[in-house]
Amino acid sequence: MTVEIHHPVKETTDTVPPGPGMRLTNWAANYVEDRTSLSGFVKELGRKIFPDHWSFMLGEVALYSFIVILLSGTFLTFFFQASMAEVTYEGSYPALKGLDMSAAMASTLDISFDIRGGLLMRQIHHWAALLFVASIGLHMLRIFFTGAFRKPREINWIVGFLMFVLAMLEGFTGYSLPDDLLSGNGLRIIDGLIKGIPIVGTWTSYLIFGGEFPGNDAVGRFYSVHILLGPAILVALIGVHLILLIVNKHTQFAGPGRTENNVVGVPILPVFAAKAGGFFFLVFGVITLVAATVTINPIWNYGPYDPSPISAGTQPDWYIGFADGALRLIPSGWEFVIWGYTLSLNILVPVIVLGLFLVVVAIYPFVEAWITGDKREHHIADRPRNAPTRTAIGAAGVTFYAGLWAAASSDLIATHFKLTIEGVTLGIQIATVLGPFAAYFIAKRICIGLQKKDREIALHGYESGRIVRLPGGEYVEVHEQLSEYDRWKLVSFDDYTPLMIRPDKRGRITVTQRVRAALSRWFYEDRIAPVSKGEIEAAHGEHH
Amino acid sequence: MVSAALLLIGLLATGGAYAAFTTSATAETGDSAAKLIDEGQALFQANCASCHGLAAEGTENAPTLIGVGAAAVDFQVGTGRMPAAASGPQALEKPPQFTDEQVAALATYVASLAPGPAIPDERYLDGKGDLTAGAELFRINCAMCHNVAGAGGALTEGKFAPPLGNVSGKHAYEAMLTGPQNMPVFNDFNITPDDKRAIITYIKFLQENPSPGGLDLGNLGPVSEGLFVWIFALGAIVGITVWLTAKSN
Amino acid sequence: MSQQDGADPGTAVERVESEVPSTGIAVVDESDRLENPGFPPFRPRISDVDPEKDRQNSRRVSWLFLASIVGSVFAIVAYIVFPIELGNLGSVRLNTLFLGLGITLGLLGIGFGAVHWSKTLMDGHDLVESRHPTRGSDATRARAAEIFTLGNEESGFTRRKMIRNTLIGALVVSPLPAVVIFRDLAPAADPVPLLKHTLWAEGVRLTRDPSGVPIRASDVTLGSVFHVIPEGLNESEDRLEEKAKAAVLLVRLRPGDLNVSPGREDWNFRGIVAYSKICTHVGCPVALYEQQTHHLLCPCHQSQFDMTNQAKVIFGPAKRPLPQLPITVDDEGYLIARSDFLEPVGPSFWERSL
Repeated sequence: MTVEIHHPVKETTDTVPPGPGMRLTNWAANYVEDRTSLSGFVKELGRKIFPDHWSFMLGEVALYSFIVILLSGTFLTFFFQASMAEVTYEGSYPALKGLDMSAAMASTLDISFDIRGGLLMRQIHHWAALLFVASIGLHMLRIFFTGAFRKPREINWIVGFLMFVLAMLEGFTGYSLPDDLLSGNGLRIIDGLIKGIPIVGTWTSYLIFGGEFPGNDAVGRFYSVHILLGPAILVALIGVHLILLIVNKHTQFAGPGRTENNVVGVPILPVFAAKAGGFFFLVFGVITLVAATVTINPIWNYGPYDPSPISAGTQPDWYIGFADGALRLIPSGWEFVIWGYTLSLNILVPVIVLGLFLVVVAIYPFVEAWITGDKREHHIADRPRNAPTRTAIGAAGVTFYAGLWAAASSDLIATHFKLTIEGVTLGIQIATVLGPFAAYFIAKRICIGLQKKDREIALHGYESGRIVRLPGGEYVEVHEQLSEYDRWKLVSFDDYTPLMIRPDKRGRITVTQRVRAALSRWFYEDRIAPVSKGEIEAAHGEHH
Repeated sequence: MVSAALLLIGLLATGGAYAAFTTSATAETGDSAAKLIDEGQALFQANCASCHGLAAEGTENAPTLIGVGAAAVDFQVGTGRMPAAASGPQALEKPPQFTDEQVAALATYVASLAPGPAIPDERYLDGKGDLTAGAELFRINCAMCHNVAGAGGALTEGKFAPPLGNVSGKHAYEAMLTGPQNMPVFNDFNITPDDKRAIITYIKFLQENPSPGGLDLGNLGPVSEGLFVWIFALGAIVGITVWLTAKSN
Repeated sequence: MSQQDGADPGTAVERVESEVPSTGIAVVDESDRLENPGFPPFRPRISDVDPEKDRQNSRRVSWLFLASIVGSVFAIVAYIVFPIELGNLGSVRLNTLFLGLGITLGLLGIGFGAVHWSKTLMDGHDLVESRHPTRGSDATRARAAEIFTLGNEESGFTRRKMIRNTLIGALVVSPLPAVVIFRDLAPAADPVPLLKHTLWAEGVRLTRDPSGVPIRASDVTLGSVFHVIPEGLNESEDRLEEKAKAAVLLVRLRPGDLNVSPGREDWNFRGIVAYSKICTHVGCPVALYEQQTHHLLCPCHQSQFDMTNQAKVIFGPAKRPLPQLPITVDDEGYLIARSDFLEPVGPSFWERSL
């Protein structure tokens, strides 16, 4: 659609004569520019526009937590020893003095108790890691619920998904480095899980641990992954992610003046740089505040890993919780011996279900594109209510994940709410299986309800609270009409209809087409159309 | 009746052998003891016999107390678990119903019925045992139920191992020795009195030393850390983003 | 911005016919859509209008940056003034807290200052930038295609099939040695036999964990639980690896309460039973013994085992009962194993029953 967009302001470029301080800067800028063509970059990117919405900053939270992780982690690498060689702890923590433990554990204790700032850095690193994965999750949810994964951003979705998985891997390898009782039991569980994999399980376990569990190699190998492979791949993927973001430009929410053909917002220099740069310091500051005041991973309480002791309340870090919860939810007895081979479904079912869940997350953009047949580019972010089926699917997915996640803390739920662990387990089993369906239904109806409300407001205005008595004695609440700017937000979404099947050249309808049409029907049958011009005029005719 | 007598004989034999091997102090002897026993018996008839039987022989509601020793009584009554109040998966700790003298009287009375574990000697409660050894023993024997930092933990069918933040050294010793309710018995052959002293030293260490990292969130591990990061850290940051992107006045 | 819906007849679903030119699958008549009203009028901020407010906000920004300086300096001072007294946990706490608070102020000051500056003082107009279709123009695409065609022609890549096919073969195979050399991450031996044997053998004494002191049968009273390792474990070279298979739980039950299956009558000694402590689910130590219910609970995934019934599973995701260690007593009264476990301990694996 063609619209006359009146630019709110003209770009002016008043030249300012250089003051004394500027001369050095100018010389330096020229020196670099002569050798790098940097001015090209500045020209292209310096006034790039970024839309301003709070939910667009969640990706930045992830990026900045990652930078905090890199900085604090670098400090730790100067003091941590990634070796499982046995040493006798002679550091200053009284309750472990004289105990034999791995050098990894001993060096982590030294960092915590014998090096100023060491404990702070450890806590910053670990809190930042928890925040990193949490913000990625929230960011992905935002992308999902606003449909920002649609063309042309499908590749970026995949890149982001890979980073999500890598972040979890980084976290897992990271908290296993101190070789303490908690993470060691976590490793034991992972080893048990790997051993349960058919055919290759025992060999894979042997390969990872360099022999029998726990072995002497795990920490060293995890260290290589954690400080080298993982960060390198993450940095590369972040680079790709940001380049694609620049090439595609950021999406924006619908609003007056905003179209599929423009980006409206603030320029990189100076506003966005100030806000984004300032935000980095704020995220870093919040992490540091938490790290200075709240304990995380007190490895001194857990002691060194030993296969014999274990703590009540043994859980992995939160982002691995869904996997631990899945293991807890399997009912008794799901293991069979077939022709002498042991098939551990109590392990394989969680692995497969979680794998499928991740695959569904990764391929969702392509599935939705196939269902809708929509090959246009989309740069306007959807309001979640305007894509009811997608939002409902997301709600179901979140509920499923939440059920698995809650299951991981079943014993703590039991003690804190004075329930039995058996009851909690049963309750979460039911909630995880039935909950997603309920969540789907409820979310969808809420979206449609909200769309109906938007229609009402667009057509008839909102209730102003002023009651007027008409001459005939009738009491009426005056509705304030929305300005056309506010109304635009309520009416500016795309309307879709389900795809229709057509027979092919040979007069047949393939199964794939039937499936596609059925899914399309499911996706778009229940829908609310946006208010049209004719309806507005009719509504105005009704009222004064 | 016969079985009760047999039980008595059997318990006397083992309890006697047991008492011979233990090194902890035994119950008081002498005239003051006799007074205590009488007082204890009176208290017992009034408060305990309805469930435990007039001669502490047990009923269908409660087990026999013959041979449980002064330690068990001192623990159960001293922590308020006994007399048991509401029914539920287990008897809960509550404000003790008796004074220290009354508890001593009850304990002496029950100990007089048959030899059994005695109230520990002070020297095992001084908190000056081997801290490192105590910590290691705690992790191997206690942490799986009570959590590595004594934060407590879940058992089956609604039972739980209570947190250890406020337990006295004496009660901890007695609990180990007598195995209250579903807690196993850690007799002096398994965990020697010196070992118990070491464990108590560690428990006191946990109680007296707040976490150097800051607030400990109940020492419940990654679950509380995860909740904290989602609610408070991410919450604060999302709040900041809303402020940051809002149009200024 | 009209696009094909990508539906070639016969290969995909087509949309319903409509007079509206093909715009994907939208159906609402375009001409009846409300139009974008364009930008709302600019609303100036108070700092734009009132120079006093501008100065006030400007001062606030400076104060925030100043606070940051104070914070960073405080952090450095705290590092020195709150040193760690080795062994004094309180000093570690203070050092961590004040160093952290100083750094926090140093960071938040900059952050809040920069954001406040941008919100209240920097130019507040929204600017507009055009989007172009992401795809390159037809001319660019044509040039790109031309470049590839030239590359192909000049090298003869597609024409010289022999070169092409052998190149692909070479490139596919050349990384394989790099994969293969990771084989020695694992030792040469076969892992399966190792999983089927533990340190337990006939005559090996049951000893306390961690001290290694042997256990007499008379030590194990009713209601007791002992955490057990085989004698000699502490001197073993692979102490933790052996312990991960050999850890055992020892309890005493009344013989009347014990249900012994045929063939296992002499595996217990007068009600004293020994079971592997390694959970048959995924390998955590199953250590929570309830002496009255005789239930054994694993804290990791809440599998429960019934000690009166050969440690069979009564709740939770485990399947197999805990392997039982056959025990008896030697002539000095110490508990000893009769043999190794008769089945592999710990989590299941593919070759377990072979």
